[in-house]
This record gives sequence, structure tokens and C-alpha cells, in this order.
Amino acid sequence: MSTPAATYDLGKLHGGLRLPAEKTVSTSIEIQQVPIPDQLALPIQQHVGEPAQPVVGVGEHVLKGQLVAESYGTLSAPIHASSSGKIVAIEPWPVSRRFGENAPCIIIECDGDDRAIEPSEELAPYNTFEPNVLLDRIRQGGIVGLGGAVFPTGQKLMQAATMPLEFLILNGVECEPYISCDDLLMREQAAEVLGGAQILMHALQLPTCYVVIESDKPEAISAIGEAMGELGDERFVLKQVPTIYPSGGEDQLVQLVTNREVPSGGLPTDVGCVVHNVGTAAAVYRWICDGEPLISRVTTVTGPGVRSPMNVMARIGTTIADVVSLAGGYNEGASQLIVGGPMCGKSVTTDRVPVVKATNCVLVLTELPAQSVPQPCIRCGECATVCPIQLLPQQLYWHACADNESKLRWYGLTDCIECGCCDLVCPSNIPLTAEFRNAKARIQEFEDEKARAERARLRFESRNERLEQEQARREQQLREQKDAALKAGPSAIDEILKRKDSGDDEGGD
Amino acid sequence: MQFERREAPFISPTTNVASMMRQVIYALIPAALAYVWYFGAGFIFNLVIASFFCLLGEAVMLRLRGRPVEETLLDYSALVTAVLLAFAMPALTPWWVTATAALFGMVVAKHLYGGLGYNLFNPAMAGYVMALVAFPMHMNLWTAPRMGDIDYHFMTIAETARYTMTGTLPDYLSFDAISRATPLDFVKAGLNDMQTFEELRAYPVMGDFGGRGWEWIGNFTAIGGGWLLLRKIIRWQIPFGVLAGLLVPSGLAYFLFPGVHPSPGFHLFTGGTILCAFFIATDPVSAATSTRGRLIYGFGIGFLIYAIREWGSYADGVAFAVLLMNIAVPAIDYLTKPHIVGHAGNSDGPVP
Repeated sequence: MSTPAATYDLGKLHGGLRLPAEKTVSTSIEIQQVPIPDQLALPIQQHVGEPAQPVVGVGEHVLKGQLVAESYGTLSAPIHASSSGKIVAIEPWPVSRRFGENAPCIIIECDGDDRAIEPSEELAPYNTFEPNVLLDRIRQGGIVGLGGAVFPTGQKLMQAATMPLEFLILNGVECEPYISCDDLLMREQAAEVLGGAQILMHALQLPTCYVVIESDKPEAISAIGEAMGELGDERFVLKQVPTIYPSGGEDQLVQLVTNREVPSGGLPTDVGCVVHNVGTAAAVYRWICDGEPLISRVTTVTGPGVRSPMNVMARIGTTIADVVSLAGGYNEGASQLIVGGPMCGKSVTTDRVPVVKATNCVLVLTELPAQSVPQPCIRCGECATVCPIQLLPQQLYWHACADNESKLRWYGLTDCIECGCCDLVCPSNIPLTAEFRNAKARIQEFEDEKARAERARLRFESRNERLEQEQARREQQLREQKDAALKAGPSAIDEILKRKDSGDDEGGD
Repeated sequence: MQFERREAPFISPTTNVASMMRQVIYALIPAALAYVWYFGAGFIFNLVIASFFCLLGEAVMLRLRGRPVEETLLDYSALVTAVLLAFAMPALTPWWVTATAALFGMVVAKHLYGGLGYNLFNPAMAGYVMALVAFPMHMNLWTAPRMGDIDYHFMTIAETARYTMTGTLPDYLSFDAISRATPLDFVKAGLNDMQTFEELRAYPVMGDFGGRGWEWIGNFTAIGGGWLLLRKIIRWQIPFGVLAGLLVPSGLAYFLFPGVHPSPGFHLFTGGTILCAFFIATDPVSAATSTRGRLIYGFGIGFLIYAIREWGSYADGVAFAVLLMNIAVPAIDYLTKPHIVGHAGNSDGPVP
């Protein structure tokens, strides 16, 4: 892999890296349509929150766009069939997730007709809807953040609607190397992107929308600029930002564009901004204006391990194998398959993994850089120089090794966005991000354990309290009986005893 | 198809410790050549002896501590210590003095603290100070630079080798004939003798701006330092801090009380100032790590160099200044933790 030329000075964002873009290989041809595959695997969880609940049974025939799993709980998103066909199974299937290799999927055997379901509701211009009605409609479209975070868009908007807001920020900053799906989407579907932004602005009653694009995407900038000119909508402002990783992170983008820091543990809405990916905006447009839920997305298929890198429009549930074969198949020596980009992606072991709502990139790498042994940290501080959060990774690493939870918190472990910049500049080859990920998981485990212990303690205490009350009540009862008997005097006691004796006689044989 | 599993990021780092250390050594080549030109072959003997004992000390300690020996030796960190030590020692030093310094630096200052990355003190400076305290006579014997006084005797390679191996001079030479006060010693003694700095400046030993020979070693060291800055092997904060910490007080003293204080230019180009600013204070392991912390750390070293030169009994104070600030590093790091993005202010309470 080529060397990242490390230059790290930029406007309002601390640190960051200039990485080799590696994007031109996949941007030379327009977005290609992946043919209808034989089979689709739709994971019931493709979003942050609770998994969706299947509403179809095995053997049932479904149409394209039909609801197959409905959202469940307060944070969830529905799933729709991305082509017509028969449900053949609902079973575990390999997926790309951080923990666990398999997850329940609805498997559809496509009939090839690709017959779409009739929209359940009459389509109408978006501005005829009340904002809250629009919010509810967006929630039903199964739309999630397509930048990779896959937070259900409906819930994000509903939360945002409760806050005082100033800007909608449309995120066209695709800062990870290799990925170019948003670039191509903006080039080819600028009108949809802006149309979606108008819907979002109407839903949140926002006066301004910043469309932010990195300076290394001149075609996308001119396409969006042209579309803005045609729309003549004064609310749009096009902003260019320098090409520096990781300026496309939600909080980083807010900081870059507005110079406001999103508070730790908070959301951009805390500083008056709501950020949506350009792909999400286009998906909102297609759902509200065309009635098509989120059943397909643009994905970059690229890397030295792919014969002809390109961007494809793939139905959600299409396996990576099908997508790669459209891109000419694997090159000799393809050895690593990554879902996502080279900085934050996740490696998967099989290409049976389906393209899901989060899949912005399928990256195939060939040559494996020798996994060199980490050497001791020499405290050079380069990691701190590039950290966009201004953490001190070398201190965090030290305390992560010692498993010192309170120090880790003090040094801001929970604020780490796992962008991977520190790994790239570490002369000692320390896998810092992986260490931090593990340390976070350990802290989470510790927290969960603490919460469990707390619940158990409460339960135990309330049981003790109950038992004590019971005991006190019984003692009270006994005392009352005794008092009553004493009050009645000795004759009464005799009478009771007598009655007891005679009772015994009666009971005898 | 099956694939391997790895953890993100999938791009490998392009730097490594060994290449950083190698570049530090390369950056010192011009200064080393200047050193040999002005002070003779003794520097090369010192360098060889220091390298041998540094590597030996490192290897033995790694072995005893059950760490990989070969890979660690190849990180060049022991060699950097040896090179810095060779620069710090007088050109004419018996081998056992250099060996003591090298072994103390490696064994005590580096490995007893946990090896590379864990040492609190700069190993080269710790070794140097150890030798300075243990062998004051040898450590204060400086030869005259080439083109010095009219009656100087520039030692031949054979004479230098003999002294290095045995600690004795040939019968026809005396210490008085070959040794000279360094410019720092000379100025200190002269000012104590109620001469003004302007008067002292007229002596040939003072050279053009920082002492004959020394000023050119300083210049070549600065070139190497500049190259390291360009390569981003070191960052500007520590060199800037050291120079500011030395030049600000010496400049004030020079301009406020003319005549009785050396000029800031003299402070800058003489002794170990530039070597310290770019190569010694910038040792990452024993330096502060945050941006502000590095400025403070550098400034502290610069100021201590000034204080020792001005008020101390030693002519130069680089090694003591560095070691004293090494002690302060944990406190500096704690007090200069940068503001974490998303947290109001920097008041996250005391460290738990």
C-alpha cells in the first residue's frame, strides 16, 4: 500500500491526516446497476438500536418495496424487500458486524420479475404535508444514516425537532480513502440529493442548509452547484472543505463548518445543527417523492484486489460476491475483504456477506503488509498531533495496558472516535485504535457488570425489607392476639384451654 | 471465497523507530565532521568506544531482562545515545571514562527504568553527568581547537590513540601544552577577573561569535537540526523553547547590564546549546509530550542552562538542565493535558 503523506495542519479541526485518496480508480465510469441476484439476504438489523421484527413467513411471496420486518421499540427501522420473490428462510447468515459472524436474515429467492408493490399512501408534494406528518412518513421508509453510522433517520429527525436548530448540514465529505459512492451520487443525482435536503428542511422547518463537499471532488461540487442554480433555492449554501481525514465524521464536520464543538456525549443538535449524509437525503427524496423505500444504495467496489473498480447501485441484500463479479471479479492474490473503508472498515472472512444499508464500500486488498511486532512507545507524541479530539493516545495506551479505568476516563477514552489516525503515525507500530476499542469494551462490560450488581443489590435489599415488614407484621399480630387474650382475663384463657381439651377429646378415637 | 481477518485501520504506518533514530544519526554527520576537523581524531575514538559499550550494555541488559536482543539493538536507540555521548565528551578522553558514561547511561538510566520508552532520564546526559562527577579531571581537559593559539600543538592520531588507551601523554608533551580553557571557561574566568565581555571578545579563542571551533560545530549541528525539523522527526516546540529560555534572559542581562554578561549570540553558539536544543532535549522518551508541555519543557532547559552558566560553578549546564527538566516531565504532562474536544474548558478535575 502506498505511503500516506502526513501533513496535518488545517483550519478548525485539530490534527487529522492527508491520506492518499485512491479514489480515481473507481470514479472513471458512472454508477452501474447490479442485476437482480438469485437470492437476497436481508439482515433484520441494519441499523443502530433494536432489530426489526419479521412480519412475513417462510413460503410467502413478497413484492419489491413490501415491508418484511417492522421496526420494534423506540429506536429501530423497518426493512423492505428489495426485489420480488419468495421467502425461503429466516435464518442466521454471515454478516459484517463487529461482534459475531452471523445474524438472523430474511432470505428471499428472487423471481426476477422485480414487481413493485403499490404505494400504500397517495404520493403528494412534500410541502403539502405538515412537518410532523412528514417526520412520521420518513420513519416508515426504513431510512437510516447512509454515511455508515446507520442511525434511524426518522428518530434522528424526531429528536432534532425537539431542539432549537439553525442549520441542516449535508455531509458530502467522503474522507476515507478509496470510497467514492457519495461523490458519484452527487455527480449523477444532484437533484435528488438537494430535493431530499428540501424535504428535511421542511420537516424540521430549517432556514439554512450547508452542503459540504471536500475540495478533491470538483465534479461533485459543480454538479451540486448547477443543481442549486436550477432550483434557485436561497437556503442552500455550498461549502468546500480541505481534504483531510477524518473531517467527514459528524461531530468533526460540525466543528469544521460552524466552529462549534459538539459536547462530549452530546449530539450536533446540542449546538443547533443536524447532519445528514447526501445519500440519506437522496433516499428521503426517493421515499417521499417516488414512494420507494430504502431498498438499494450506491456502493464502491474497489481496491487492488478487484479487477475493474467501480461504483454500483446494489439492492440491499445482494451478496458481496455478486457485486464483485459485476466489477470483473477478484484479482490474483486478493486476500482481505473489507466492508467499509481502509480506516474504519471491518474485515469479513467470506463474500457471502450481503450489502446492507451501511455498506458504502467493499474494499479488496491484496498484498498484506507484514504485521510487525509492536515496539515500546517512545512517547514521540505524533499520535497526539494527529488526534482530531486532542486526546493523548500515548497516555491512553499506557493506561489501557494497565487497565486503569479511572485514568482512561480522565484522559477521555470515551471521546475517542476510533478514526485510526494515531495508528498510522505511530513509529512503534502499536495498534492503538484496536487497544482503545478493547478498552472501551472492557469499560462497557465493567459498567454492565456494575449495573447488574446494582440491580441485584436493590432486589436483595427490597426482599430483605419485605421480609422484615412481614416479620414485623406477624409479630404485631401475635402481640395483638396476646394482648386481646390478656385483656379478656384468666376466665377467657381457661375457656380457651377447655375448648381445646374438649376438642381433643372429640378428635380422639 | 475465504479471506483473512484483521482489525482496522488497514493502512500500515510508514515510520518506525529505527528509521527515526537513523535519521537523527545522519543529521549529526556534518557536525561530527566539523568536530573532528577542529578537535582531532579523539572524537572518533570516543564514538567507537561509546558505541561499543552502549551496545554491550544494552545487549547484556536485554538478555538479563529476557527481551529480544537483536531486534532491539537494531532500533538504533543505543547508537543515538552513543553518538550524543561522543559529542558531549572532551575530544581527548581515556577509554574507561567514556565506557563508564556509556554503561551507566545504558544500564542504570535506561534499562533499570524499563528500557526504551520508560526511562525517565536522558541516558546520554545521565552517563555524561556520572562521568563528570566521577572523573572531573579528565572531563575538564579540553584541547585547543585547530587554528587556536600560536603555540598550540594539534595532537596526531597516534598521540590521541595513546592517550585514549592509557590516559598518559608522550614525554615530550604536557597537559599544559595541549589543554586550553573552553570559551565558556575563559569568559567565566575573565568576567570574574573584572574584565568586560567586550575585552574578552578580542581574544582569538573567542572566534567570531561563539568561540573558535565551537561556533562552527554549532552551525553544522543547526543544519542537521533543521533537516530533522523538515523531516518532522522532531517538532519545533522544544528547540524553540530551549533557545528562547536561554536567549531571553541572556539577552536581557546583556542589554541591561552591558559588559558584565556574555552576549546571547555567544550563549547560542558556544558549548552544547544547539546540540541540546535539536538533539538532546528532543529525545522523545524523556521529554514532555503535549505541545504546550514541550514549550515549557524546552524553556525550562534553556533557562537552567543560562542559570548554570551564569551562577553555577560548572562552565556549561546542558546535562544538568536536561536532567532537572526530565524530573519535571510527569508534572508538566499532567498540567498541560490538552483540552479534549467536546469538553467545556479543561476542568476535568484532578487526575483520579
